[in-house]
Amino acid sequence: MERSLRGKVAVVGIGETRYYKHGQSPEPEFKLALMAILAAAADAGIDPSDIDSFASYSNDRNDPSRLAAALGTKELRLSNMQWGGGGGGGAAAVGNAAAAIITGQADIAVVYRALAQGQFQRFGRAAAGGTVSGDNALINPYGIFVPAQRFALKFMRYMHEHGVRREAMRAIAMASYHHAQSNPRAVMYGRPLTEEAYDTSRWIAEPYRLFDCCQENDGAAALILVSAERAKDFRHKPAYVLAAAQGSDHRNAARSFNAPDFASSSFGPVAPHLWEMAKLGPDDVDVLQSYENFTGGVLMSMAEHGFFKPEEANDFLTLENLLAPSGKLPLNTSGGNLAECYMHGLELQIEAVRQIRGQSTAQVPDVHVAGVIAGPMVTPVSTMIIGSQETL
Amino acid sequence: MTYLPPGLPAPVIENDGLDLPYWEGTRQGVLKVQRCGACNTWQWGPEWLCHHCRSWDMRWVQVEGKGRIWTWTRCWHPVHPALRDHGPYIAVLIELPHAGDIRMLGNLLGDPEQAVTIGASVEAVFEPHDDAPAPYTLVQWRRA
Repeated sequence: MERSLRGKVAVVGIGETRYYKHGQSPEPEFKLALMAILAAAADAGIDPSDIDSFASYSNDRNDPSRLAAALGTKELRLSNMQWGGGGGGGAAAVGNAAAAIITGQADIAVVYRALAQGQFQRFGRAAAGGTVSGDNALINPYGIFVPAQRFALKFMRYMHEHGVRREAMRAIAMASYHHAQSNPRAVMYGRPLTEEAYDTSRWIAEPYRLFDCCQENDGAAALILVSAERAKDFRHKPAYVLAAAQGSDHRNAARSFNAPDFASSSFGPVAPHLWEMAKLGPDDVDVLQSYENFTGGVLMSMAEHGFFKPEEANDFLTLENLLAPSGKLPLNTSGGNLAECYMHGLELQIEAVRQIRGQSTAQVPDVHVAGVIAGPMVTPVSTMIIGSQETL
Repeated sequence: MTYLPPGLPAPVIENDGLDLPYWEGTRQGVLKVQRCGACNTWQWGPEWLCHHCRSWDMRWVQVEGKGRIWTWTRCWHPVHPALRDHGPYIAVLIELPHAGDIRMLGNLLGDPEQAVTIGASVEAVFEPHDDAPAPYTLVQWRRA
């Protein structure tokens, strides 16, 4: 028996709330989660109470049992959480839901993520005072707390090893901001980024300047998945899951930054599983959404997926190559985490579905294969490929 | 005089005692890390088991406080209340070639705007925090 997700499950509904700057949502987080799920159900054309399965990641605070009670869920089946922080689990949550559907443990699944950071603590700011122990005791007393700082250490080394130039990082940031200018949902809609503004923006943690770093936002997003057999009965063109892979490399979480391959996005051993399951390679991808926590993470993710060799990054990552509709590999076509919304990457999954449907605000012509790389540099990470009916 | 201002979180020994020898050592100006008694693999940070041979015989051995800069970052954005208005500071990840290339984080003492070179040699400096409720000593680094 071939062990694969390929073509067996499809995304048939997508939904999101309005996206806000962090702390500015007028709604509490749980209500945002419900709003996104209802929007995805409406997009799919299903009764929300028929959703029987829930999958999320990054310790989302909105428990499926409470969601099911609130939604009037007729029967709760799968209640799934992908371990690990950051946005690393975004594609894994889709893969987990798809695996449950294929194996008869779920029928209609929703993958969701909600964040209201006014109600809860921000990712990019540490709490005051107190004591720390374990790995944090070896890190926090030196002023290293947040992802921007931890992941600066990774990319500084990677730049040193591979001769990466700042212009490559700038092209990634510029592509997201460029695409956001045609997307009214984007928080940075109407706020274009110039090369000069990028180059003169303040340092956060070298080598990251302000525009190398994602936003922090409030909002929620959701996707509805069903089996491929049922998917044809829904109102929108199905986006079939062709592959998903999750994991990280050898001893990635070794304390005190002792991962052997520390200067990486953690996709080294994960990406080959993706291509094998998809029966595709990097050249087959028509449009790519790649999670920008920091531009350096996108660069390493793309290299580890084989879109270019590390030494080719400076040549591949030009703005022209990354823009819809006609660039070599259009990247983050909704504006992504940098400029649409930091919905912990789930907005990237939705954008990939829109590209397959032909509904993007920065549509690439004739998309059949869309890639989504979830949050890099954490552990575990995850990645997925979706495709049109023609790819089956 | 400490490199960073007061008010950052104070390190405490893990409640299972795993890292006790490290923190006791730094108080005495001694840098101790783990080495497997069975296969001699160096291990940092501490763990109960040797990742190479799965022996439980993890020993604490003193190592010379010398190394080289493996990677670094200069932090400008104050992410913690104690760092507000402080200005930039440098964190370095130091590789210890004489101890199996294990790495440990610290600050690079001196001018916070100095040029930093990957591969540069550094030596350890013990930075006591005697006024903390549970006094501790950090290991910092300066160019050798």
